[in-house]
Amino acid sequence: MTTAPPVARGPLSSEPPPLPDPEPVARIQVRKLHAWFGGFHAVRDVSLDIPTRKVTAVIGPSGCGKSTFLRCLNRLHELTPGARAEGSVLLDGVDVYGRRVDPVVLRRRVGMVFQKPNPFPTMSIRDNVLAGHLLSGTRVPDPEAMVERSLRQVALWDEVKDKLDQSGMSLSGGQQQRLCIARVLAVEPEVILLDEPCSALDPIATARIEELLGELESRYTIVLVTHNMQQAARTSDYTAFFYLGDLVELDRTTTIFTNPKERRTEDYVTGRFG
Amino acid sequence: MSAAPAEALPHAAATTPSAPQRAPDRPRGRLGDRLFEGVTTALAIVVLLVPSAMLIELVGASRKAIGAFGASFLTSSTWDPVHGSFGALPFLWGTVVSSLLALALAVPVSIGVAIFLAELAPHRARGPLSFLVELLAAIPSVVYGFWGVFVLVPLLREHVEPWLAAHLGFLPLFQGPPLGFGMLAAGVVLAIMIVPTVSSIVREVLRAVPAAQREAAAGLGATPWDTIRFAVLPSARSGIVGAILLGLGRALGETMAVTMVIGNRPKVSVSLLDPATSMASVLANEFAEADSDLYLSALSEIALLLFGVALILNLLARWLVGATKGRVGSPA
Amino acid sequence: MKPVREDLLAAGPAERRRHARSLFFTALCAISAAIVLVPLGSILLYVVERGASGLSWTFFTALPKPVGETGGGMGNAVAGSLVLIGLACLFGLPVGVLAGVYLAEVGRGRLAAAIRFTADVLAGVPSITIGVFVYALVVVSMRRFSAIAGGLALALVMIPTVTRTTEELLRLVPPNLREAALGLGVPAWRTTVFVVLRTAAPGIATGVMLAVARVAGETAPLLFTAMSSRYWAAGLDRPIASLPVQILTYATSPYADWQAQAWTGALCLVAIVLVLNLAARAVAARSLGARR
Repeated sequence: MTTAPPVARGPLSSEPPPLPDPEPVARIQVRKLHAWFGGFHAVRDVSLDIPTRKVTAVIGPSGCGKSTFLRCLNRLHELTPGARAEGSVLLDGVDVYGRRVDPVVLRRRVGMVFQKPNPFPTMSIRDNVLAGHLLSGTRVPDPEAMVERSLRQVALWDEVKDKLDQSGMSLSGGQQQRLCIARVLAVEPEVILLDEPCSALDPIATARIEELLGELESRYTIVLVTHNMQQAARTSDYTAFFYLGDLVELDRTTTIFTNPKERRTEDYVTGRFG
Repeated sequence: MSAAPAEALPHAAATTPSAPQRAPDRPRGRLGDRLFEGVTTALAIVVLLVPSAMLIELVGASRKAIGAFGASFLTSSTWDPVHGSFGALPFLWGTVVSSLLALALAVPVSIGVAIFLAELAPHRARGPLSFLVELLAAIPSVVYGFWGVFVLVPLLREHVEPWLAAHLGFLPLFQGPPLGFGMLAAGVVLAIMIVPTVSSIVREVLRAVPAAQREAAAGLGATPWDTIRFAVLPSARSGIVGAILLGLGRALGETMAVTMVIGNRPKVSVSLLDPATSMASVLANEFAEADSDLYLSALSEIALLLFGVALILNLLARWLVGATKGRVGSPA
Repeated sequence: MKPVREDLLAAGPAERRRHARSLFFTALCAISAAIVLVPLGSILLYVVERGASGLSWTFFTALPKPVGETGGGMGNAVAGSLVLIGLACLFGLPVGVLAGVYLAEVGRGRLAAAIRFTADVLAGVPSITIGVFVYALVVVSMRRFSAIAGGLALALVMIPTVTRTTEELLRLVPPNLREAALGLGVPAWRTTVFVVLRTAAPGIATGVMLAVARVAGETAPLLFTAMSSRYWAAGLDRPIASLPVQILTYATSPYADWQAQAWTGALCLVAIVLVLNLAARAVAARSLGARR
C-alpha cells in the first residue's frame, strides 16, 4: 500500500477524507445525511465517500442505523411509512434526492440485495433473473443469454441450468440469495447494496457469497452492511463503523481492525460491546 | 363453583386406565379439569352436529317433493301451488343470474378498493376508510331492501333502465319496459352488499404477501403499480378467487334485500329489466303460507338446494383463501 | 470524472409512461373506494332524513295502531328485538364461547378439525335456511311460532362467528402466561378460565358485540320462527314482534304513515348496529393499547 491512509475524523465533521481512487464509474458521495422513522432519528449527519469498484463494509451494533443508511442510498428508505431523509447523496455528482431524479431510474442503477433471500415465489428461476426487465417492460434483445450470463456471474448456472422453469422457491437458501444477486446483476447496475445478505444463510452458503463479492468487485461498487465483523474483515476494502446513528469512523478495513482512531471503534471491533 | 371438590380430590383419576394415554403436557386427573373438558367438548360437539342435523331435517322435509318430481324439479319452470305442480328453475335462474350480475359489478370495484386500502392509500387514511367499507357490511339487509325500494328502484326505472333500453336494447339482456323492480335492481343491491365481504378478504390476502416481495420489486426499479402487478397480485391470486367465491356464497343466500327489489315473478327471462325471483325470496315469501304438505316440501327442497350450493361454495372458497394465506405467509 | 448531468437519473420517456400507468391505476383504485362510499352515504342520508322526524317517546313505547289510524309506535318490536337478542345470547354464547375454548385449549386431532370445519360450514349457511331448519325442528313440534324459535335461529347465526373469534383470540394469549399459572400449581381449567380467557376477554367481547350487531338486523331467520306480532310479547312460547320484521312489513306496505315509521325503525336499527360496531372498535383499541 503506497498511498497514504485516509485521514480519520470525528463523527461531526462533514468533509470526508479523500480516498485513493482510480477512474470512478459511480462514485457515491454522502453529505450531511439524516434519516428518521417517525420521531426516531436513525441516521445523524453522516458524510462519507464510497470508493468506486471496491467493497465498502458498514458495521455496527444492531439499531445503529447502518441498514437505514444503506436504504437511503437507493431511496428505498422513503417507502417505509413515516420515514424521511434529509441531506444529499451524490451518485456521479448527481444528488439522488434532487428534484428531477426519478427513484425508479435510480434503483435500476443502484441495485439491492436483502437480508432474507426474496425471489418472487410465483416466478420461475428464469423469470426471476429477468424480473427487473419484466417489471419495467423493457425489451431484452437476447433474454436467454442474459439469464445465462447473470447466473454464471453468481456461479449458479451449472446448478440450475436444467431447471430454469422451476420456481425460485425450490432452491436452497444460499442458492436463492445468489439468484437474488443475479436478478440485480441482470439490470446492469453500477452500485450494489447488500443488506446483511448472509444473515439467513449457513456458513458454506455464506462463504460462497463472500467469494462472489470478491469476483464482482472488479466491476461494481459494492456496499455491504453486516453485523459480522469477520465478514467485513474478510471481504471489504474499506469499513465504516456506525454507532447510534452516527458514523464513527471510515477507513481502510485493515486500519479499522488493527489500528482504529476512535476508541468506540476499537471497543467494538475487539468485542468489548455490541 | 366446583373448585373446592376438585382440589379436594387431587389426582383422583390418576389410577384410571385411560390416564397413560393422555397427552403428557397437560396435567390431568383433577375433577375440575375433567368436568371443564367434558363441558367444552360437549358444547363443541353441538356445533359439530348442527349442520348435519340441518342436512337431515332438510332432506327429510323435502322427501315428498323429491319423490313427486325427481330431477324435473330442477328443470321445470312451472310453479303452481294451486294444482300442486312445482319446478324450481325460475328460482335457480334468478339466484344464479342475480348473483353473477352482482359479482360482475362488485368484483372489479372490490379488488380496486382492496388494493387501494392495502397498498396505495395514504397510511393515515387506511384505517378510517376501511372502517367505512366495513360499515357497509354491518347495515342490515332489510335496510338495504328498504333503500333499494325507495332510492335505487326509482333511479333505475327513471334513468338507468331507459338509457340501457335505448342504447343497448338490441341485446336481449336489456329489453322490456323499465319497471325498476327486477333482476337488475337485485344485482345492484347484492353488489353493494358483497363489496365489503370481497374487499376485506382480498385486503387480508394482499396483506399476507410479505413486505420483502414488495421491496424486492421496488429495489429493481418498479413503480407502485409494477410492484402490485408483479410482486403482490400473483401471490394473492388464488386467495382473490376464494374471496370472490365467498362473495358469491353471500350473494346466493342473501334474502331480504333481494326479495324487496327483485319483483318476485317466477318466470325465466333473459332480460335483466324483467322482474324475477330467487330461491331465498320464494322461501321468504311463501314458506309461512304454504298450505299443503307437497308445497311445503317443495319449498324445503329449495332450501336444501340453497344449503348445498352455499356449502360447496364456502368450502371451496375457504380452502382457497386458507391455502393462499398459509403459502404466502410462510417463511421461504 | 463523468460530466455532471442530472438527466442521468431523470425519468426518460419509458419511465414517464410507467409512472403515468401507475398513476392511472392508483386513480382507478381510489375511484373504486369513492364508488363504494356513495351507497353508504346515500343509505345513511336517507335513513336519517326520513327517519329522524318520527323519533319520539311514543315510537319506543306505543303499540302499532291498526290500519287507517295514524300514530302509534314500534314499542313492541323494539322490546321484541331485545328479547330475541337476549335469547340468542342465552342459547348462543355459552355454546359459541365454550366451543371456541375447546378448539383453542382442549381439542386436538380429528375431532377439533371436524368442529372447526363445521363452524366454517355453519358460517356459510344462508340465514333463511337456518330459519327453515328451526321451523322444522321447533315450530313444527311446538305447533306455533315462538320467541324461543326466533332466539334459537339467531343463536345459530351467532355461534360460528363467536366460536372462531374466541378460538383466534385465545390463541393470541402468550403461552408463557399459561405456563406461569400452571407453574404456580393452578389447575388447568382454572388457568384457562381465570388467566387465558380473562386475558382474551376484551377481544371476545368485541367479537360478541359484532355478532350481536349482525343478528340484531337479521330478518330472514325470524320470518317463520318468531313470526311477528302486533302486541306486546305474551310469552316466550308465542310469536313475537321484532324491529327488522316490523320494518319489512311497514316498508312494503302501501301506507305512507307506516312507511314513515319504517324509516324511523330503520334509523334505530342502523344506529344500534353502528353503536355496537363503534363500541367493538373502542374495546379492541383499548385492549390493544393496554397490551402495549
